[in-house]
Amino acid sequence: MGYCSILEWIFFRPWDSIKESGYCPYSDYNLPYMIGLRLSEIILGFIGWLINIFVPSWSPENSFLLSPALLNGTAVVLEVVIIFAVGFIINLTMIWEERKILGRTMDRRATMIGPLGYFQCLGDGLKTFCKENIAPRAIDKKVYWWALSLVIGSSVLIACMVPLSDRWYIVNYDAGLMVIFGLFALAPFLILSAGWAQNNKYSLIGGMRAAELMISYEVPMLIMLATTCLMAETYTIGGIVKAQFDTVWYIVPQCLGFFVFLVAAIAESERVPFDLSEAEAELVEGWQTEYAGMKWGLIMLGDYFRGYTACAFIVILYLGGWMLPGLGCTPVPELVFIGKVCLVFAIFAIARGAYPRVRTDQILNIGWKVLMPLALVNLAFVIVLKTVGWF
Amino acid sequence: MNENYDTDQMWITMGPQHPFSHGLWTLRVKADGEIITDAEPEIGYLHRGWEKECENRTYAKIIPMADRLCYSASMTWSHVYCKVVEEALDIEVPERARYLRVIADEICRIQSHLMWLAAVGTDLGNLTVFLWALREREFFLDLNVRLCGQRLTTNYPRIGGVRNDMPYYFERDCMRCVERFEKAIWEIIKLTDESSTFVGRLKGIGYLKAKDVANWGITGPAMRGCGVDYDVRRDDPYDAYEDLEFEVPVLNKDNPMGGDAYSRYMVRIEEMFQSCEMIRQSFNKLKTIPKESPTRIKVPRCIPAGTHCAKIEDPRGESIMYLVSDGTEKPYRLKVRSPVFVNVSASRHMVKGVRIADIPAIMAMIDMCLGETDR
Repeated sequence: MGYCSILEWIFFRPWDSIKESGYCPYSDYNLPYMIGLRLSEIILGFIGWLINIFVPSWSPENSFLLSPALLNGTAVVLEVVIIFAVGFIINLTMIWEERKILGRTMDRRATMIGPLGYFQCLGDGLKTFCKENIAPRAIDKKVYWWALSLVIGSSVLIACMVPLSDRWYIVNYDAGLMVIFGLFALAPFLILSAGWAQNNKYSLIGGMRAAELMISYEVPMLIMLATTCLMAETYTIGGIVKAQFDTVWYIVPQCLGFFVFLVAAIAESERVPFDLSEAEAELVEGWQTEYAGMKWGLIMLGDYFRGYTACAFIVILYLGGWMLPGLGCTPVPELVFIGKVCLVFAIFAIARGAYPRVRTDQILNIGWKVLMPLALVNLAFVIVLKTVGWF
Repeated sequence: MNENYDTDQMWITMGPQHPFSHGLWTLRVKADGEIITDAEPEIGYLHRGWEKECENRTYAKIIPMADRLCYSASMTWSHVYCKVVEEALDIEVPERARYLRVIADEICRIQSHLMWLAAVGTDLGNLTVFLWALREREFFLDLNVRLCGQRLTTNYPRIGGVRNDMPYYFERDCMRCVERFEKAIWEIIKLTDESSTFVGRLKGIGYLKAKDVANWGITGPAMRGCGVDYDVRRDDPYDAYEDLEFEVPVLNKDNPMGGDAYSRYMVRIEEMFQSCEMIRQSFNKLKTIPKESPTRIKVPRCIPAGTHCAKIEDPRGESIMYLVSDGTEKPYRLKVRSPVFVNVSASRHMVKGVRIADIPAIMAMIDMCLGETDR
């Protein structure tokens, strides 16, 4: 066959033919996978074209380079990268949004670099990236590095596992919710280890605080999750969203639950009214004290990934996910979802501007004595609704 | 926990560079988990030999140095210095200067309290309070610029009067600023007093009984919040304060527990309103004094030998200067009694039994200023 044009490698195949190749891991249409497949076709085709120039006798059709197995494998890798990159951009947008809202709240100018100050986060990232990598001498080295990596890694992982729509997801199995919340619950253990490993009194206290805070807010949060699953009669995220489209957004019957979940989500993502594990005034950044430079920057990024996950779950469980009432899935359900997430995050940002930090004992009181009973009341209410048959 | 073993308690050194300490000082606390069992303030990091330096300067040259005692209460510190020299010379300040000093002092008090409010905001983790309070403070610093040409180190009082009369339209500007402030402070109070989270952070911590207050010599809003009804401006009036009508906010008069951090907060907020009232009255009184009358009298260069003492109400408490003069043009000894120096000595008593998270809240209510503490 000889010489081939690169454009010949870019072609459209319907989803069914992709599934028929036998290597596609998805049964439903998956947009990031499709993009990954196109990209891998372009990349591998380009490599084949290059080889063809120098070795004209080489036949691309018969080589492993363009076999469906390799194409699909590359597509999965690229899909992961795409999902992470989109999550990262959403994250940067949320940081930018928070800074803008805080700037307006505090009557000052917010970020200024780039158009509308959008590139400030990139500048900050570059700054932390250029810092020297310092670790104190007396740390427990293994735990110090592993706890840090796992805290950041688990945060990014759960953020990437959140589906943006029914065609933009990385895994979509029945226990998806459970897996994400299981990973969410890893953090207190890792933060406690990180606080201990730094050999610093402030970070030790910060780690203990983080553990007690997260564990006590995990419980009402999981009760709320169970309540919503009960209402939607499914464990899949897509099922919950679809159930809300069929009835109403669950914020209507579960407004109490929405409130409880919102407070618990702010606490779980360690944001300002509940950021006592990194309380700047008394603990000097708490468990992050000895993580300097780039490490701190990554921790911050991980925090925002957790905040994004929390907001995304509020949207999925109570605000109808990527669907709009009456419209269903719009042509761009991902953008609808991101817009809703940003709206919920605005509540987080305004709460940060309006409230001082809550004390340790007060936080535990709120968690166990206020949110827990409210969550149970909400659960009972939903059971009544189900029994009566309204949902 | 078993109290026989000391292994579960640890000393935490908070400072000298720590976000809660506004300046260089250390609070060493012994913590049992989160509960504080013991504490020990350490000061002296900012000692620069202020009193000794004064012995090598003529009396007039000490006024700008007195400004540097505290960055946010420079007016009152140079005022108390001028007052002690005037006492030594036994002279009367011209009537117009007396009112101008009161106006300048009260502007200083409001801006100092706003600085404190801003610091409370950062200590409790609410940056909105911080920025809003600093925004309001800017207007009063602008008034300082109008009056003396400087925002912080004002160098305004002089021995025997003030440096200059107020500029044209100063009264108009000042009243505008005060009226604006009286409205704008409610915006901040919405974030602080009307927020149950904020009040919950301050209430019930850092108790001081009235008796302890008297024994320690604590003065200022910290004292009045604990039920001791004393204010130098009212009980031992200086300058034009005796002609003004104002209330001294005192809380917890009959409370056997004494006052907590929240009452100190309340006293300071109330004091700002009273200061506005005093500025208003002073301007009304100033109208009756002819504009041509002097604001300053000539004083001799050398001061007769003797010992003299003067005290005024600083934003942070009662500041006293003690002067020993030997008849030359330089003081033999000038001793400063700083209110914060005394107030911080009670920190051990206040933080015992509270949590680590309460330390910034309690210490913010002392309104630390290390320049005057360490001198």
